[in-house]
Amino acid sequence: MSKLNVEQIRKDFPILQRKIAGKQLVYLDNAATSQKPRSVIDALTGYYEGYNANIHRGIHTLAEEATDAYEAVRETVRDFIDAEHTHEIIFTRNSTEAINLVAYSWGNANILPGDEIVLTAMEHHSNLIPWQRLATERNAKLVFIPITEDGQLDMEEARKLISSRTKIVAATLMSNVLGTINPIKELAKLAHEKGAVILVDGAQGVPHVKTSVRDLDVDFLVFSMHKMLGPTGVGILYGKTELLDAMPPFLSGGHMISSVWKDKATWTELPWKFEAGTSNIADVIASGKAIEYLTALGMDNVREHEIEITRYALQKLNELGDITIFGPKDATLRGGVISFNVDDIHAHDIGQICADAAIAVRAGHHCCQPLMRDLNVMGTARASFYIYNTKEEVDLLFEALKEADKVLGHVACR
Amino acid sequence: MSLADDLYRETILDHYHNPRNHGAIEHPTAQVEGVNPLCGDELTLYLNVKDGKIEDVKLTAKGCSINTASGSMMSELLLGKSVEEANQIVELFKKMMLDKKEEVVLPDDLEDLEALRGVKKYPVRIKCALLPWNTMLEGLGNALKSPTLD
Repeated sequence: MSKLNVEQIRKDFPILQRKIAGKQLVYLDNAATSQKPRSVIDALTGYYEGYNANIHRGIHTLAEEATDAYEAVRETVRDFIDAEHTHEIIFTRNSTEAINLVAYSWGNANILPGDEIVLTAMEHHSNLIPWQRLATERNAKLVFIPITEDGQLDMEEARKLISSRTKIVAATLMSNVLGTINPIKELAKLAHEKGAVILVDGAQGVPHVKTSVRDLDVDFLVFSMHKMLGPTGVGILYGKTELLDAMPPFLSGGHMISSVWKDKATWTELPWKFEAGTSNIADVIASGKAIEYLTALGMDNVREHEIEITRYALQKLNELGDITIFGPKDATLRGGVISFNVDDIHAHDIGQICADAAIAVRAGHHCCQPLMRDLNVMGTARASFYIYNTKEEVDLLFEALKEADKVLGHVACR
Repeated sequence: MSLADDLYRETILDHYHNPRNHGAIEHPTAQVEGVNPLCGDELTLYLNVKDGKIEDVKLTAKGCSINTASGSMMSELLLGKSVEEANQIVELFKKMMLDKKEEVVLPDDLEDLEALRGVKKYPVRIKCALLPWNTMLEGLGNALKSPTLD
């Protein structure tokens, strides 16, 4: 048994009391966004009711309180991902914006015609499209590390593909489809040996796996607070100081300047150089509470709980017989994300029958169309777990899938 | 509201499990691809139109139950109809699915389509039901434009 007291945890999440058409909500769409504990929700209203003010500029009490609370979260984040400096933490809107920041700012300054950008076959569109655009603009080449039969990164190929032509490796820490946890430390070593940098998309991984940027030795890490108990609208970019210092600003305007004349301006220092305009103050402050919540549970315990529930779900869902489960079979090699198809039934039909049982799962291409083509499917259904999910909920999913198979399975001509 | 009453009714499941006019026509007067970019559903519609009449219709679909059943019912109802009649039926069906104010009454010969009315209660699925019909509109237009084969 994991050390998490799931029953106690569930009481902290008001939405888990929700009933849909008389049935208790079963929330298994955590890879899309997680639910929020009371402390996070209270932090939002606490800010708006108690000390709402714009940060960094005001001299008055509210502005000082808001600035302190906002900047304190930067330190909380630094500690959470074990970065060396607080100024290496940049607040963005989401992971996508953080990747775009690097692709534009670092990319335009560093990518030359003929350079190679190495990605993996399992990237979310957010860690693909910005690099596609950059490669097209700079006449650079995209290279993809393929996946093995059971959905792991083909590291033998990676060793061949990461070469002296490689300028950056951009890889996900955890696949939002396959659940695969990638060997980032090894990829970082390969990249650095060839003089390239590495960006890690931690949107799926950081909420579930203890992540130390210093241990992994990554140059950039991005993730989104809304997938880890925080509110929507806050992404994090971590970057090594020397890289961030050398990069030009991404967005420009108020707040990111040092001195401004009519015809020119100078930029302020890190991290504010990359935070133009009024920040998402309330959501950043509430994000601090989300990290505090996870830290109190202990990320090792979070991981242990998820391995346990994933192992149970893999075994239970396989009892269906007609099911195809994608990704590694071993729960210790993957996160709590399980993509599957049942007997050729369209993923949206599976989603609908689950919804009828008040079970929230995701259905579709999960923003990974190239990976869907590699897997030779149009889409999949996906169940994804977090700290408040139980084995009983997995059982309810199993029953709903049995029902789907009964109603819609065994199709004559497809 | 229950799934069995609204979405997965017997008629729909029958057409889903055994879609009518499934397949391809070798030399069609019109061939149209329909795509639903939101869910990735795809279908190919083949039409043989002669003297302003639908002589043959075939569909190959990669889609959900609603999409498949809707296309199957459509093919069954429109086979043998004139292009003009077919256009009217398509427009009537679209009105039934999309009009939020007026309850469209279907004539007796279209009563099978009644089974799809329940889909209206699931707004995200309406597009699934409409994909074959919108593809048909395009196909009928193309068939009229293409040079007569005989």
